[in-house]
Amino acid sequence: MTHLLRIAAALLLGAGGAALAQDANLGRNLAATCANCHGTNGQVRGDTVKPLAGVSADKIVAMVNDFKSGAQPATIMHQIAKGYSDDQIRAIAVFFAAQPARK
Amino acid sequence: MAHASNLSRRRLLHAGLAVAALPLAGCAGLGGGPSIGRVVVVGGGYGGATAARYLRLWGGNVDVTLVERYASFVSCPISNLVLGGHKQMSDITVSYAGLEAIGVKRVQAEVVAIDVQAREVRLTDGRKLPYDRVIVSPGVDFMLDQVAGLAAPAAQEKILHGWKAGPQTAALRRQLEAMPDGGVYALTIPKAPYRCPPGPYERACMVASYFKQYKPRSKVLVLDANPEITSKKGLFEKAFADHYKGIVEYRANNELKSVDAATNTAKLEFDDVRADVLNVVPPQRAGDIARTTGLLNMNNRWAGVNWLTMESTAVPGVHVLGDATFSAPAMPKSGHMANQHAKVAAAAIIQVLKGAPVNAAPVVMNTCYSFVTALDVVHVASVHQYDAAEKTFKPVPGSGGVSTAANQVEGRYALSWAQNIWADMLAT
Repeated sequence: MTHLLRIAAALLLGAGGAALAQDANLGRNLAATCANCHGTNGQVRGDTVKPLAGVSADKIVAMVNDFKSGAQPATIMHQIAKGYSDDQIRAIAVFFAAQPARK
Repeated sequence: MAHASNLSRRRLLHAGLAVAALPLAGCAGLGGGPSIGRVVVVGGGYGGATAARYLRLWGGNVDVTLVERYASFVSCPISNLVLGGHKQMSDITVSYAGLEAIGVKRVQAEVVAIDVQAREVRLTDGRKLPYDRVIVSPGVDFMLDQVAGLAAPAAQEKILHGWKAGPQTAALRRQLEAMPDGGVYALTIPKAPYRCPPGPYERACMVASYFKQYKPRSKVLVLDANPEITSKKGLFEKAFADHYKGIVEYRANNELKSVDAATNTAKLEFDDVRADVLNVVPPQRAGDIARTTGLLNMNNRWAGVNWLTMESTAVPGVHVLGDATFSAPAMPKSGHMANQHAKVAAAAIIQVLKGAPVNAAPVVMNTCYSFVTALDVVHVASVHQYDAAEKTFKPVPGSGGVSTAANQVEGRYALSWAQNIWADMLAT
């Protein structure tokens, strides 16, 4: 109960400036779900998986949509892509595009 | 005019931002400047290590202490390859140095209790670690009382689980190496839910791959308490038939009741099985520290959580990750999922410490790769979106699934997954 109240309070208090900060984290939070295979901030290790950091958002969106539609055959990405909305995929792509490529 | 006024407004905004950013900038260095809060993380596995990493990565000036009993991280995923002889212990062991380098204070110690009133974590050596938020990521502990005879010291020494990677993995491999050709390796699987649903069947494949090459007259006997293979069923059945015919024998509905350590016998409901190597994966519950902290409000076995924050529904200020949680629908107990839980928790805790709202629509996803041979792999994947009405994560209809067939491309992806998730959680 206490923690619910605290969250409710935080939601009310944060309706102004903090809500903007929250939106700013949306792409970051969603992109972090990809990091297990694609590396932290899309800076992948090894050469098995293509890096996403620094790739243009449009290109990432197009790739994911091709997986979604089946235009691009995949082992697993066609199944994962279908779990995210178009808005979420765009937010993820914008986040990765803004990350520096791994040195 | 309009241009000038816009400019001055922008200057004001910049000035305001610069002032607001000052405390943060001061904290850009490790440990410098005022911290926005103290978080103690109990457990340095897939959940806890990831939480520590992301609290630093996203929070910057969060004071993070990671308490872990072991000196290094040893991965459960890929550990079945060690049992098969395809990987070494050193391949699944990763240092915590990367976390220390990003400012995580690591304490190698055992937690004796979490005082949720005083908000401090107590260690066996008497030290007390105060916290604003504590993250409990204890994995599982075993319900040894569910299998008669298993808790006896003689049984514990001889009948291994190998379900927590580390010394047990190495010891179980030694038992397999010592077993003569023509011997029987028996693996018992508890009723779901347990850690890593496909793990036992991958283990059967890996041990069988070793026998096939080095001890071809030997048998792998899988004694499953469940009515059928609990994950990737068709793919594992095909692997047993295609690669391990005459080696792997699978028996459903075979719940282990008791063991006799003296004769290495597994006693099931209807018959007894004597094995040369008896590998019992016991029934599981959330790790001990979750129980002693009063977090196990679900069947006295698992910790209920608020999925927006991973905060315990039993004790405020305590966040629980990974296998220890009472799973959302179709959510597996996996290292990958624990990593995803940790990111939800890290983001939420930073927001709470700042007095800001938490993400109202988190997403988590899971990928579990299983080796069916040293090179061929099958996967199961799922994406889970938060459902505000039901206050839980639910798998997205039409998403996720399993491999169409075992293949070597996914064999490479599986090893790449390990490399990347270890780097993600341990900041290597």
